[in-house]
Amino acid sequence: MIDVASPAAASAKRAGWWRGDGSEPVRRNLGLVGVLVLLYLVGALARPDIFLHGGRLWSNELTVLTQASSIGVITIGMTFVMISGGIDLSVGALLALASVWSTTVATQSYGPGVMILAALLVGAGSGLVNGILIAYGRMVPFIATLATMVAARGLAQKISGKLTQIVKVTSFNRIAEWRPLGIPLLVIIFVVVAVLAWVLLNRTTFGRRTVAIGGNAEAARLAGINIRRHTLLVYTLSGLCCGIAAVMVTAQATAGSSDHGNLYELNAIAAAIIGGTALTGGRGTIVGSVLGVLVFTQIYNLFIVKNLQTEYQQIAQGVIIVAAVLIQQFRVAALRRPVPPGA
Amino acid sequence: MDDAATVSTPTPAVEQAAPLLRLSAVVKTFPGVRALDGVDLDVAAGEVHCLLGQNGAGKSTLIKVLAGVHRPDAGDIVWDGQPVTFPSPQASMRAGIATIYQELDLVDDLTVAENVFLGHEPRTAGFVHRGPGARRTREILAQLGHPEIPPGRLVGKLPAAAKQVVSMGRALSRRARLLVMDEPSAVLAHDEVANLFRVIRGLTAGGIAVVYISHRLEEIREIGDRVTVLKDGRTSAANLPAATTSTRELVGYMTGRSIEYVFPPRPPAPPVPQRPTEPTVSQGSVAAPVAPLLEVSGLGRSGEFADVSLTVHSGEIVGIAGLVGSGRSELLETVYGARRAHSGSVRLDGRVLRPGSVRAAVRAGIGMAPEERKSQALLLGEPVYRNVTLATFGRLARAGFTDAARERAEAARVTGELRLVPADVRRPVRTLSGGNQQKVVLARWLLRGGCAGTRLLLLDEPTRGVDVGARAELYGVIRRLADDGVGVLLVSSEVPEVLGLADRVLVMREGRVIHEAAASDLDEHAVLDLVMAGSLLSGAQAEGDLS
Ligand SMILES: Nc1ncnc2c1ncn2[C@@H]1O[C@H](COP(=O)(O)OP(=O)(O)OP(=O)(O)O)[C@@H](O)[C@H]1O
Ligand SMILES: [Mg+2]
Repeated sequence: MIDVASPAAASAKRAGWWRGDGSEPVRRNLGLVGVLVLLYLVGALARPDIFLHGGRLWSNELTVLTQASSIGVITIGMTFVMISGGIDLSVGALLALASVWSTTVATQSYGPGVMILAALLVGAGSGLVNGILIAYGRMVPFIATLATMVAARGLAQKISGKLTQIVKVTSFNRIAEWRPLGIPLLVIIFVVVAVLAWVLLNRTTFGRRTVAIGGNAEAARLAGINIRRHTLLVYTLSGLCCGIAAVMVTAQATAGSSDHGNLYELNAIAAAIIGGTALTGGRGTIVGSVLGVLVFTQIYNLFIVKNLQTEYQQIAQGVIIVAAVLIQQFRVAALRRPVPPGA
Repeated sequence: MDDAATVSTPTPAVEQAAPLLRLSAVVKTFPGVRALDGVDLDVAAGEVHCLLGQNGAGKSTLIKVLAGVHRPDAGDIVWDGQPVTFPSPQASMRAGIATIYQELDLVDDLTVAENVFLGHEPRTAGFVHRGPGARRTREILAQLGHPEIPPGRLVGKLPAAAKQVVSMGRALSRRARLLVMDEPSAVLAHDEVANLFRVIRGLTAGGIAVVYISHRLEEIREIGDRVTVLKDGRTSAANLPAATTSTRELVGYMTGRSIEYVFPPRPPAPPVPQRPTEPTVSQGSVAAPVAPLLEVSGLGRSGEFADVSLTVHSGEIVGIAGLVGSGRSELLETVYGARRAHSGSVRLDGRVLRPGSVRAAVRAGIGMAPEERKSQALLLGEPVYRNVTLATFGRLARAGFTDAARERAEAARVTGELRLVPADVRRPVRTLSGGNQQKVVLARWLLRGGCAGTRLLLLDEPTRGVDVGARAELYGVIRRLADDGVGVLLVSSEVPEVLGLADRVLVMREGRVIHEAAASDLDEHAVLDLVMAGSLLSGAQAEGDLS
């Protein structure tokens, strides 16, 4: 009699149809697509001869995608780690270690299959070490992976004697050259890894556990989730991604080197953050991370096609990272802050 | 009974002076929800003004508008005769409003004293004085009846009720003219509530106004001067006299219907309480039918509880009464494996559970709804259904692939039974009201009872923040589970709840079980006496420790 209709309930029902499980990430990813479009426009202004010419644009974009592929695979592993509430600073060093290990004279003598297997095993194994240190040694991820970062890079230098190890197995190098249907195999690997990762994160219990641990570890534990084992698996997965990326980078360079993957940790973290992965865990998407890598690489590409010096590129890289973190913080603040009146 | 038509106009009899605070026609919209849809509220200096309303009625949103956390979309705030806006929490604090939020907002990694003075530390030129802060904190805690909480302890190491006390201390540490408390008593036991009321009376005697939110009507009668009732974001009745308005009337304004605060009937022949009815069978053979579902023997953890033995039979609800700090929650968590027992054993169906392993307990069919929903139970950013299925998504999955549609359906079924508002299970839990978040926590284990065989349910303060109507549903759901053969071990600070819901009651004091009886053989006074005797003792001890 005082109040019959329930406006709150009614509007809640109405709001349901567009509010899917993840409307927030979807909006953010659309924003990233917008940024990519913007970058093409900048490209069109800077180098109309490339960006307004269909064929050249296509081949330029294939270059961008190829460049993005190895760092992309690493970023995907990093995304899992970050969603679980951790961080992996060792990715670049693990890549170098896997690259060097798989290209020693001894390993090369067994042929391409063993080389690939060696890279994957070394990557996953080192990731497992990270996982053991963090899950069972109860080390802070930042410190544990900082230590393995230094140690793995050192080990790689020790194995290679700081020399570049030329890959003489030509079939291995063809990984970087092969273009089925005109698309580089490296790009195809990236896409396949991304698709598998999407399924893993969004459709499997593994993914659900990852989000749960990062979102609220105590709640996950009290719900009966084995946090330690899962943490171990997440870092192993990241290591495996480093192994895959090591194969890609080594084939591209036709050589193994302890210098491969330099600063990859920084780029991967930055790309994941641009893609909306929370540093605090519990939040992040594969699509976002892929878009983050593409934005990053596309900016990089603009510098290259404008023939700017590498110093500028590095400065720009730093600026992008700072900008990405700032944007993320604003987003978090905007989520917390109430909507201003009239908005 | 009063004439309903006169009620929504203010009763001038109670307070004649110009109000300290007047809100009129306040509107606040969240995406998809009109949380406040024209709320009026008058608060006079020196009064305790109670806010009533069902879960999701908008009480917390209203006080967040007052605290400068949310900006209203429309409406006016008049503070001390002046129209004002509170664009930030700091602005509201500066005006003299201190707020205790429903969800604890303490920093776990800071000490008690640092939390109490967070944001207004005693300092000169940027250097914080530790001494005075600690001294003031000790005074405030003593005023709140808790001299035993050490100002130097990290807040993260305190039990939930002590955290509540600290957050009250934080509000008191500011010289406020209006103190807003959002369900401060939800985790407090009987004597703590008495302490709280003593403090409130002291404040109001000094002219400070208090806005008090609680779902416990008896508290409102005891402490309140006037009551304003919210329903679906609107003021449905304002300024009712707290002492004389009938419960039926209040509930009517809250719900639009009349719900009795009822417990479901116990099964006519008590299900299995101690099984005294068939003594020959149970003594004659040690055979299975009478073996308890849960058997805890000699369980202890130093400093928390000692030598606890108890049994829960299948189909039985066992309640544990006791003060906060009597070791109830710790006991429950130890049975569940979240803490490792130092001595004793836990058996389910006669099999010893691996100590310190939640996974072993869960696999054996034990579920626990923990005390603190925000830090122990919920993934705030995740949708409701994923929170509900947090313990079951693995079982609902096929070959490692989750089945979201099925999860949503199952979650919708249970949350529907508990009357979750809004009913959409895809909303992030963060956007639900406190009471509705609590329903999500419970739904997790009720779901499991339905689809994956929970044998034993451990409930720690299950109705914390749940409104009167939903509570009745919840009691019904718990009783039905028991009727289906689930054993329930229930901890609650509300004695009537323990007595009304449980078949058998244990009273804990200082980490020991001091009494055990069928619920029908106890009354509230008897339990309180047992419990209080302990409180006097522990209070004396705590003071002894300090000196
Ligand atoms: N940040 C938010 N985003 C979206 N909706 C929200 C948000 N905060 C609250 N709501 C919605 O506003 C309504 C009122 O919530 P509020 O927390 O004020 O209820 P309440 O009266 O305090 O309930 P309770 O007794 O359960 O604490 C609810 O429907 C809730 O889901
Ligand atoms: Mg509330």
